[in-house]
Parts: sequence; structure tokens; C-alpha cells
Amino acid sequence: MILAFSAGNVLVWAVWMIAGLACLASGVAVISFSNPFFSALALIGNLGSLAVLYLLLSAEFVAAAQVLVYAGAVMVMFLFVIAYVGPRQETPWRGGPSWQTIGAVLAAGAIFVEIIVVLGLKAGGRLSDVHAVNGTFGSPGWIGRLFLTDHLLAFEITSIVLLVAAVGGVILGEHTKRRDVATTEDAA
Amino acid sequence: MQGAALLGPGIVWYVGIAGFLFGIGALGVLVRRNPLIVLLSLEIMLNGANLALIAFARSAGNGAGQIFALAVMAVAASEVCVGLGLVVALHRRRLPLDVDRLSELRG
Repeated sequence: MILAFSAGNVLVWAVWMIAGLACLASGVAVISFSNPFFSALALIGNLGSLAVLYLLLSAEFVAAAQVLVYAGAVMVMFLFVIAYVGPRQETPWRGGPSWQTIGAVLAAGAIFVEIIVVLGLKAGGRLSDVHAVNGTFGSPGWIGRLFLTDHLLAFEITSIVLLVAAVGGVILGEHTKRRDVATTEDAA
Repeated sequence: MQGAALLGPGIVWYVGIAGFLFGIGALGVLVRRNPLIVLLSLEIMLNGANLALIAFARSAGNGAGQIFALAVMAVAASEVCVGLGLVVALHRRRLPLDVDRLSELRG
């Protein structure tokens, strides 16, 4: 690139570095806090920094939806359930490392090594040439047109998935309530 | 507005972050035993996949990746709905919130 050290380029690099570091650090924080409340708060930071990365990739609508849907709705539901369940600590570590834990750490390490090898192999190849896009790329109108023309089936199936999940959530809650009433009547 | 080339880091850097996020989430799912934190780690895995999808959509100049990312967000919302419903049901029955001890799916 000719303008490799222009002011805009340096600014984008700086924003990418801050957002990427915040993303990885809050991801590690999510899986290392023992209290799920702090994990959920760290995940909100993770989602916010991911939204910044989406903006850098000119996906404005997805970034806005990420903040609204994830950091707004989903995380509020998480925090509500964590407050409802109460501060239960994880059961303490029993004995030495089991075969399951060793396998888990080995699998995650294998994924990490695979990522590094694949990226090292591919870095000079096809991933380096990026198409230039025009100003409408990622805008809400563009996404809406794609959803209603090329990807109409995916749009409709998504609505069915959400409906089924809502019905499933209602049934899960109602079933246990009925069972609780039955057991208290038995006890009385 | 002029056609914009990608400023700053190339696509491969974004895909690297996406891979590390997926690995972190997988580690959390496999190691942690609190079902709430397992669900949070699942969210990290899904978000890693989303970042890769959006990075490749930007690389190809094609919108299908962003559409797929939005569909993944809807699936994640449904998964949280059902998963948190299960956690609340477990809490009402005073079962332990420990995925190792909840190894039977009997009603």
C-alpha cells in the first residue's frame, strides 16, 4: 500500500489493537472468574469490543444489532437469572486433574496451535487481497434488501427458530411450576 | 462516497482474533462446571464464529457472511432462552448447578 503510514491507517491500527486486546482479555476473564455475575459483566465488555471490530470491518448494522440484542437483551436476561439463582459458588475442586480436564486442555491447545499454523500458512495467500466496497456495504437498507431478496428462506427460518425457542422456554418454566405445586400438595 | 479499501490490519488479523476467541470459549465450555458460565463460554464461541464470518464477508465484498452472522445471533438468543430456562428449572428443583453431577437427563 502506498499510504501505509497515513494518519487514518495508524488510527485504525490503534483502535484495532485496543479493541482486540480488550476482546481477548475480557474473554479470558469470562472463563476465569468464579462468580458468574462478574463473568457476565466481562462478557458485556467482550461484546462491546467485538462491536468495535465489526465497525472496523464496515458491518455497521451487525454492530448495532450486536449491542442491542446481545449487550442489551441477552445479557439482561443472563443477569436476571444469575440474580435469581443467587450467589452459588462452584463446587470445590475434587482431587487431582481428571482425564476430562486433561483432555479439555489438550483439545483447546490443539485448536490454538491449529489456528496459528493455518494463519501462518495462509497469511501470504488469498486472504491478503481484499475487495474494495462502496458506502452502502453493511448499511441497514442493504441488509434489509438482502434479507428480503436473496436470503428470504433464512429470514423465515430464523423467525421459526425464535418462535420454537420461546415456546420451549415457556414450557420449561411451566412444567416445573406445576410439579412444585403437586409436591407441596402431597406434603400437605 | 468513494470505494473504500480496508485500512489498518488485514483480514488475517481479524480471523486470528476470531480463532483465539473460539479457543477461549471452547476451553471454558470444557473446563468450567457451572452451567451459567458454560452458557457464557458458548456465547464467546459463537461470537468468535461471527467475527470470522464478518471478516470473510468484508474480504469477499459479499453480504452473505453478514446475513449468516445475524442468523447466528438469532440462534444464540434462542439457545440462551432455552438454556436459562433449564437453569431456572434446575434451581427450582434444588438440584446442584454442576454439569458433571447433572449427567442424567431424566424428568
